Amino acid sequence: MADPMRIRAQMAGDKATIRVLMSHEMETGLRKDAAGQTIPAWFIQTVTAALNGKAVFSAQWGPSVSKNPFLQFNLKDTKAGDKVAVTWVDNRGETRTDEATVS
Amino acid sequence: MPLIATAQKSAADGIAEYRKMLEDGNPAELFEAKGEDLWKTRRGPKQATLEQCDLGQGPGVVKGAWVQLPRFFADTGRVQDLESRLLTCMEILQGFNAAEIAKMPFDKGEQANVTALAAWVSSQSRGMKMALPQGHAEERRYYELGKRAFYFRGGPMDFSCASCHGEDGKRIRLQDLPNLTKNPGDGVGFAAWPAYRVSSGELWTMQRRLNDCFRQQRFPYPGFGSEATIALGVYMGVNAKGAESIAPALKR
Repeated sequence: MADPMRIRAQMAGDKATIRVLMSHEMETGLRKDAAGQTIPAWFIQTVTAALNGKAVFSAQWGPSVSKNPFLQFNLKDTKAGDKVAVTWVDNRGETRTDEATVS
Repeated sequence: MPLIATAQKSAADGIAEYRKMLEDGNPAELFEAKGEDLWKTRRGPKQATLEQCDLGQGPGVVKGAWVQLPRFFADTGRVQDLESRLLTCMEILQGFNAAEIAKMPFDKGEQANVTALAAWVSSQSRGMKMALPQGHAEERRYYELGKRAFYFRGGPMDFSCASCHGEDGKRIRLQDLPNLTKNPGDGVGFAAWPAYRVSSGELWTMQRRLNDCFRQQRFPYPGFGSEATIALGVYMGVNAKGAESIAPALKR
């Protein structure tokens, strides 16, 4: 099981600013270990967000995104108390979903 | 000359701007969360938590502990920094073998847990002023020891810590080097570690940072929690008196 994300969702005017910190190795597949063996690629491929269960955001990522990535986006039509869920799926099929409440 | 001065200014500003941009999503937070979890989880042969660990402010008090470390501990009879003190707690409370953990490479096994714990403990003193005690004779001895180590030149390049960190305005490539012989300011130098290094994607404690200093000087590695590294911590920490701690910070 992957480590939890840190999600902060705060109202700023009429929009909510969502800031997500994910814990992931994000191996590019181009690095070699101490023994000279290629470290297999391992990175997040898709990131999706849902507002109160309704999909509002999706992104496709590749190996060029940094280790422990940070993602920030704004959501319209939100109010305090709304639930924002963020899900990532990596190229090994592992997935993690975390939820935060807009404040 | 004014042209060069402008160029230097903008490089430093660029780094400051970069840090500002990343501040919001400092991945050190992930380590903090892990550390807090480890602190409260029953682990080790004794299946105990670290909640009774005495970091110098009494058992279980974490807030404000970091800005007063390294300090003298009566129960072990030694001056200890955060990492070596965490090892002591892990041994006494949880039954881990501290000597074995000290020998492990950074980021492996229990060492990685010590790093996470250090991230959490230091985060609980964020915004506080560095205030290392110097009341005990051992603490003063460690300061003198650290000062000697700081100015000790050696190795194939005849370097000392002071070669780079002994005066104002020195730089390596674009990076400004803090003058560690005096208070370099808020959140700079000693008051900024542990820190997350974006370039390697790792969280470094002071012990690991010092290890890298020894490597850059082409000195042999000092050993985890050794007297030399703790003495250097005392020297830098006492010099940084009054500086605001921003640990765990973010570094390139």
